[in-house]
Amino acid sequence: MNLGDCDPRRLAQRIRVKTLHMIHRAKSSHVGSAFSMADLLAVLYAKILRIDPQRPGWPQRDRFLLSKGHACAPLYAVLAERGFFPASWLDDFYLDGSRLAGHATHSGVPGVEVSTGSLGHGLPIGCGMALAARGETDSYRVFTLMSDGECDEGSTWEAALFAPHHRLDNLAVIIDYNKIQSLGSVMDVLALEPLAAKWQAFGWTVRQIDGHDFHQIEDALANVPAEAGKPTCIVAHTVKGKGVSFMEDNLLWHYRAPDGSEMAAALAELERAR
Amino acid sequence: MRGAFFRALLDLAERDDQVHLVVGDLGFGVTETFAKRFPDRFLNAGIAEQNMTGIAAGMALCGKTVFTYSIANFPILRCLEQVRNDVCCHRANVKIVAVGGGLAYGSLGSSHHATEDLAILRSLPEMVVVAPGDPVEAEAATHAMAAYQGPCYLRLGRAGERTAHSRKIDFELGKAIQLRDGNDLTIITTGGMLETAVRVSERLSAKGLQARLLSMHTVKPLDVVAVLSAARETSAVFTLEEHSVIGGLGGAVAEVLAESSEKPVTFRRFGLPSAFCRAVGTQEFLRAQHGLSAEALAETIGALFASCRPMSAAARG
Repeated sequence: MNLGDCDPRRLAQRIRVKTLHMIHRAKSSHVGSAFSMADLLAVLYAKILRIDPQRPGWPQRDRFLLSKGHACAPLYAVLAERGFFPASWLDDFYLDGSRLAGHATHSGVPGVEVSTGSLGHGLPIGCGMALAARGETDSYRVFTLMSDGECDEGSTWEAALFAPHHRLDNLAVIIDYNKIQSLGSVMDVLALEPLAAKWQAFGWTVRQIDGHDFHQIEDALANVPAEAGKPTCIVAHTVKGKGVSFMEDNLLWHYRAPDGSEMAAALAELERAR
Repeated sequence: MRGAFFRALLDLAERDDQVHLVVGDLGFGVTETFAKRFPDRFLNAGIAEQNMTGIAAGMALCGKTVFTYSIANFPILRCLEQVRNDVCCHRANVKIVAVGGGLAYGSLGSSHHATEDLAILRSLPEMVVVAPGDPVEAEAATHAMAAYQGPCYLRLGRAGERTAHSRKIDFELGKAIQLRDGNDLTIITTGGMLETAVRVSERLSAKGLQARLLSMHTVKPLDVVAVLSAARETSAVFTLEEHSVIGGLGGAVAEVLAESSEKPVTFRRFGLPSAFCRAVGTQEFLRAQHGLSAEALAETIGALFASCRPMSAAARG
């Protein structure tokens, strides 16, 4: 891929378009969750992660763990964009006989580090990987992207206690704080606020950013570890369904797949935003 | 068995710097030597088994051989989904070690009775399930599990078990060890009941019944050949385990026998009913409560064998 393609803004746009097509064809869910994190993913894969698509198992690669495995479509899309596998693999996402399941699946899919889907699994695994990196020469970093809803899970807080205690400064968690979970707003289901203060109290260096501001995203991610000896927590304030007006901040698009006319309208909006 | 496990683990860690031990804040008095000798490879994850198991999977996916260690059900049931999704689904090289299998923590109550573990772990894809019968098997099993690349579960007793093997053993995962041969009936046992099974077979022998005794230390993959040979060559097969009769060794053997084309064989599972053990007492006391003492077992097996013998003889022609 040429350098021009590495512009995070354009990459994010392509991720959203690809994701939209995948979910439309598959009649699958979670387009809202996919779009809230698309910009984060674009910056990670364009600017931050030390990876080599030709060597997906390269031992010194940075590890990216998508803990919110339900939002896997944009991960597959960005991996195809970066050349981990052919873009044609995206065509039958979620359909019978596909290589790409409806939750992040590592098996047979280069670039996907771990299979997820049940929430609250990514951060503990990330802690283990960050620990394993200790003492390695030419060590790597571990980035875990998590949903806000995953902060309901006890396992998340077990790991949140663990990482600062063990000074895992090669570990970063990015919380896609779109403020909507399965059955309603985070505030109504199980309030997380003050979320940043909670992570801080657990011993993380916390940065709050606008998860759709490419400069803020890059600045936060490029500066991991934000503080020596401490893990980094990036609370990214995002908008569920970001990029398509009628999907934004709307619980319905946690579930609904766009039909033909919605597809056309959504693509037109994304096209205009280029 | 606990001592034997740690002996083997220290030996392994000495020879392989990828071997790590992660504990769930348990192991007082037994983990210190490892922690002192290999401080960089010892980790206390705290009382947080989900995180412990996720961490172990993450480390294993980066090339480490990770033993997680806790007691009874804690390293498997509290974190069952991490065991299934993080360890098994990724075929992570994690060895889950539970001390206190069965009723070893008898008096501590049902929270500490690990009596469904074999059934649950056996049903997980990729998982190898091992329940050594005595310290000799425990030490050998630890080495065998480390040599195997992939998820394993090791169910240990506690401390002070007697050695059941009088000879040097040839331990191989998935291969039963025959402690004695006999033509009349077969006793297949797993885990800490081995020593009891030896005594049962001795009692039966005194009654003139020759029992073949198999230590089925690996419940999964099951040694199907040994089970079918027993069904073919002896008149009755009895399984013996300190575990629910549902889904453990007895269940596994029943599955094999039910689907085999061998002639029908008298079969009975000895174990625990699917019920919480409300009685309070030591392991020995609770075993006796459930008819699992050597005396009671020898009596029951003798009676069952006597009642089935004419049929078996007729079936054999």
